[in-house]
Amino acid sequence: MKRIFLILAVTALMAGCGSTTNLDEVPVVDKTGTSVLPPGANGSGSAVGKGDVTTVDVGASSQNAAIVGGPRVVYFDYDSYVIKPEFQSVIEAHARYLKADKSRKVAIEGHTDERGGREYNLALGQKRAEAVRSALGLLGVVDSQVEAVSFGKEKPAVQGSDEAAMAKNRRAEIRYK
Amino acid sequence: MAISSLRGWYKIETMKKRILLCLLAGMACLPVLAQFRVEVSGVGLTQLPIAVSAFRGQDSAPQKIAAIVQADLERSGQFRGVDTVGVALDEGTRPDVALWRQKGADSLVTGSVSRLADGRYDVRFRLWDVVRGQDLGGQSYAVTQADLRLSAHRIADFIYEKLTGDKGAFSTRITYVTKAAQRYQLWVADADGENAQSALASPEPIISPAWSPNGSQIAYVSFESRKPVVYTHDVATGKRRLIANFRGSNSAPAWSPDGRTLVVTLSLDGGSQLYAIDAGGGEPRRLAQNSSIDTEPVYAPDGKNIYFVSDRGGAPQIYRMPATGGGAERVTFTGTYNISPAISPDGRWLAYISRVSGAFKLHVMELASGAVTAITDTTADESPSFAPNSRLIVYATQSQGREALMTTTVDGKLKARLTGQNGDIREPGWGPFQKQ
Repeated sequence: MKRIFLILAVTALMAGCGSTTNLDEVPVVDKTGTSVLPPGANGSGSAVGKGDVTTVDVGASSQNAAIVGGPRVVYFDYDSYVIKPEFQSVIEAHARYLKADKSRKVAIEGHTDERGGREYNLALGQKRAEAVRSALGLLGVVDSQVEAVSFGKEKPAVQGSDEAAMAKNRRAEIRYK
Repeated sequence: MAISSLRGWYKIETMKKRILLCLLAGMACLPVLAQFRVEVSGVGLTQLPIAVSAFRGQDSAPQKIAAIVQADLERSGQFRGVDTVGVALDEGTRPDVALWRQKGADSLVTGSVSRLADGRYDVRFRLWDVVRGQDLGGQSYAVTQADLRLSAHRIADFIYEKLTGDKGAFSTRITYVTKAAQRYQLWVADADGENAQSALASPEPIISPAWSPNGSQIAYVSFESRKPVVYTHDVATGKRRLIANFRGSNSAPAWSPDGRTLVVTLSLDGGSQLYAIDAGGGEPRRLAQNSSIDTEPVYAPDGKNIYFVSDRGGAPQIYRMPATGGGAERVTFTGTYNISPAISPDGRWLAYISRVSGAFKLHVMELASGAVTAITDTTADESPSFAPNSRLIVYATQSQGREALMTTTVDGKLKARLTGQNGDIREPGWGPFQKQ
């Protein structure tokens, strides 16, 4: 029974994977626009002027990826990178899938709640992502299939500053490329 | 006792009125797209009383030069504006010094703004010591309309240096990030927050902007490719260069004082660790090797040491190590969460964020003595950055549910708020002195 459920879960997961938007192909537009400010002119006393600022617009590129069928988020306790037992099955399902198809690559995206500095949270999110990566590695997934990255506190899953919201934001998302 | 406190109350009330007046006057002349409003709260201890008279002819110019000069000087915490009741005095007029002494001023600024035949403006001013009755000098600037504010900041720099002996930093620039409706923008603005120009717009977060030492480039972290990568960005041309886009996360760029090297945090070998990269790009050189988090590097002004954050002791603390790598020594000892170090360009101060009873607060340490001062009463301070003259700090905080930028004196006695009208403002970085 449990086995059937697992097969269903993995099937759902794989179905979802096929429809994942490829966000690797985000176009980066480097454009050189026109000057915003004319250069300052020299005065009779001392020169006044400064360099112009040119606007670069990287465009409305990435859309949020479609939610992949099947669980692909691992939640963490405050200030922790330990994968709780209830998420072991999620990781095992993805490990099985990745081992079965060595051509698939996956990004593990670590996130934190809103408390604290942006860069330090980026490093904390990285630890969460790497905890999931090494858990996949322990299950036999080849390291080159997995990239661990972090968004720190920049991309909360839900808005809000209460513990319920913050618990949903302390997470690592498994995203197929 | 009663009289003095009454006098104190009166002073504050007149100050409030004056600020309100300034604001009203300011609003009338602000360009439509002005991003900021300046509020002064708190009073420094010793402030030089200065009267900045209206500049003759400034009503026909699009910027009220005298008001900009006065706001700059007051924001520094070193000056207290004396009411000039709308008197306009030009730089050629010899003022009645006794009258200005009587008004409580030690110094007086006079000046004029006039239109030149080619459409530019001729801005002139003179600074008077009304106690000694001395002319302290003046200057003139021929500027385009777009540079009128800059000329006012240059005037404030002249006055500041003449009267305090320190170089003024009013004609410098700051960068910061706004977030509005899921759109992130990196801006370059005057040090008073005005005259903001967009350098980068993106649907994904932008964090950690850092000015190159010569002020021509900004390094930052962009998530536009669905992971953090480090760019350098030429401010004048908008030309960008991908500096660090290695496997894993790339973040926290810091420029060496000679502008040749960037230290960044990379996770390409697992864990967040510090690496040096040539500012033009190239292979990263690992500076330290451990299993803990090392991040948020900043160079000491002499370029010999790097300050950074590490949790190697179990909780994030600020450490210092040689810029080429090697043994690190711990710098912060109070509290269990100390992050985001900034070193004043004169090497005297370390500003950082410390968690105190669950609140994140700006602190300043005098490096020689290790003495620490808590600067703020807010609870979500972030990202301190020093003015190039080491006298002010700009930082991000939360106020009334919005992310906002503040400046503070190093002793915390005077703060000014730079309030954005659209969305949240964060990640400030104060640029270097600009060549004149």
